[in-house]
Amino acid sequence: MATGITAQELIRPATVADAALRRPSRSLWSDAWRQFRRHRLAMFGVVVFSALLLATLAGPFIYRTSSDAIDYSQGLLGPSLQHPFGTDDLGRDLLARVLLGGRVSMAVGVVAVLIAITLGTTVGAVAGFFGGRTDSLLMRITDVFLALPVLPLLLMVTYLFRDPLKRVFGPELGIFLLIVGVIGALNWMALARLVRAGFLSIKQKEFVEAARCVGASNRRLMANHILPNTLSAVIVAATVGVGQAIITESALSFLGLGFPPDMPTWGRLLYDAQNFLDLGPHWAIFPGLMIFLIVLSINYIGDGLRDALDPRKTQ
Amino acid sequence: MSRYLVRRVLLAIPTLLVISFVLFAVLSLAPGDPLAQFAANPSVPPEVRDNIRRSLGLDDPWPVRYVKWLFALSHGDWGFSFGSRIPVWDLIKLRVPSTLAVVGVAYLLSLTLALPIGIFSALKQYTLFDHIATTFAFIGFSVPTFFTGLLLIIFLSVKLNWLPFIYDSTLQVRDLGSMGQQIKQSIMPILVLGLFQTATLVRYTRASMLENLPQDYVRTARAKGLAETNVINRHVVRNSLIPVVTLIALSAPAVFSGAIITEQIFRVPGIGSLLITSIQNNDIPVIMAITFTFSFLVVVFNMIADVMYGVLDPRIRYD
Repeated sequence: MATGITAQELIRPATVADAALRRPSRSLWSDAWRQFRRHRLAMFGVVVFSALLLATLAGPFIYRTSSDAIDYSQGLLGPSLQHPFGTDDLGRDLLARVLLGGRVSMAVGVVAVLIAITLGTTVGAVAGFFGGRTDSLLMRITDVFLALPVLPLLLMVTYLFRDPLKRVFGPELGIFLLIVGVIGALNWMALARLVRAGFLSIKQKEFVEAARCVGASNRRLMANHILPNTLSAVIVAATVGVGQAIITESALSFLGLGFPPDMPTWGRLLYDAQNFLDLGPHWAIFPGLMIFLIVLSINYIGDGLRDALDPRKTQ
Repeated sequence: MSRYLVRRVLLAIPTLLVISFVLFAVLSLAPGDPLAQFAANPSVPPEVRDNIRRSLGLDDPWPVRYVKWLFALSHGDWGFSFGSRIPVWDLIKLRVPSTLAVVGVAYLLSLTLALPIGIFSALKQYTLFDHIATTFAFIGFSVPTFFTGLLLIIFLSVKLNWLPFIYDSTLQVRDLGSMGQQIKQSIMPILVLGLFQTATLVRYTRASMLENLPQDYVRTARAKGLAETNVINRHVVRNSLIPVVTLIALSAPAVFSGAIITEQIFRVPGIGSLLITSIQNNDIPVIMAITFTFSFLVVVFNMIADVMYGVLDPRIRYD
């Protein structure tokens, strides 16, 4: 591989230029997409992820069984035609609850990652671009955050601050904002380091100097010239981050410190199910399987993206 | 080297101070009342409640309390638990052995499994063994520990009735029978923690081996006529394990955090379950002690990882 890379580096500028001349339609993104499509497991991930996403978004409109109609005579039934995922101890339909909970779990994953990415990219970009005092100050803060015990702190903050947020935003939105905010605020550090490293190496390149010479402002240099070149790291981190955030939220709910019982996120369903493992194992298996499938598919997508966006890979 | 070590330790102190301050501030600014359980009790009059509050030192503003806490800690005093009125340290001492036993065995298990699997699967890249190992690693890395735990309980305890699903901490190991019971009840918590850790390590070891195998120095070693086993053992494995060793050190605190969830699934009365009950009871001194210990572990293991990296890889120079 070592020889492969050197040889490739030698011939690369010419090939890239030639290709650009002959086939003007090929861009970085279409190349990445071609590469990505060849990654079979990543495509499998895309299919599973889209199917689950579609099911949770459209499912409750098509599958009309109520998620909170209580019927004690139907309690703890295994999977059947009438209740494909079975029922819980109160006789509520589990498929409806899993579909509903999936919305919350996925929303938590996506929003938490958006927060983490915004924070991480900003900190990394500012630290890498300006360097000096700003850099060392921001990196010291990053180090402190990296040494924080994430799970204990998450548990602590979500439990202790739930009441005031509930009062301000209502029980559902309040807890959602709290969980999303805390997961986001505790997961930006690795990305900040990656982005900073990217900025440090790219800001030395000639094209940045050229842009500065024609009078580009700092903001324009950062946003239009340097940031796009670090984007692949951000995209991969974001993809994998969604899976991690879903796991974190489920863990919180599983420990009984996440969403309230009337919001059936996947972790909350597992928390309720764990006392009925003998009578109704299906109750735990289906939501758990959902978490597993969504995280597995996201991780495969992340793997495919990492390969596809890696410029060292041969096309 | 020693100068680097001193500098690292000196840098770690302000980091820990900042962290302890942040943790303390978060806990103190939280709206919960540690005496809420008394407030709900009509037989405790308000004057008595105020007295209790004063005796616990909750009258002072929180920055003052933080300084007091820090001062006491420098003498090795962690304070008293609000809930059970015994020193925090005694409470923690009761819980640590269960956690350490589970975490320690899981950690060793994952090391003894992951390194050979990772190395072998890189050497036999794209064979059936490699496919099975990478798939297993990918799945193990994607299943959350709480789901693995519940699945194990459903199959090994409920369906097959092989193992008890609740960890009995009162069990005393006296003879072979009780020893067997102790082993039986530890199997599932250890498996759950170990599986996740193994999966992560296999992925990392394999990737690191694959990065080293095509390098020039390996070809040189082969070209000078060295036997293949020597090339692999003496050259490739030794170099590949450098980043793996750092990962092992870095992930130690994460394994402790993972134990929080595992302990909750199997009701192991360890540090993690102590933390959760203290959070639910707003027992600030205990929460503070446990979270601070976790941060301490993170900082110390980061330091160990950095130092080991330098010891193992002579190309890395400090200063």
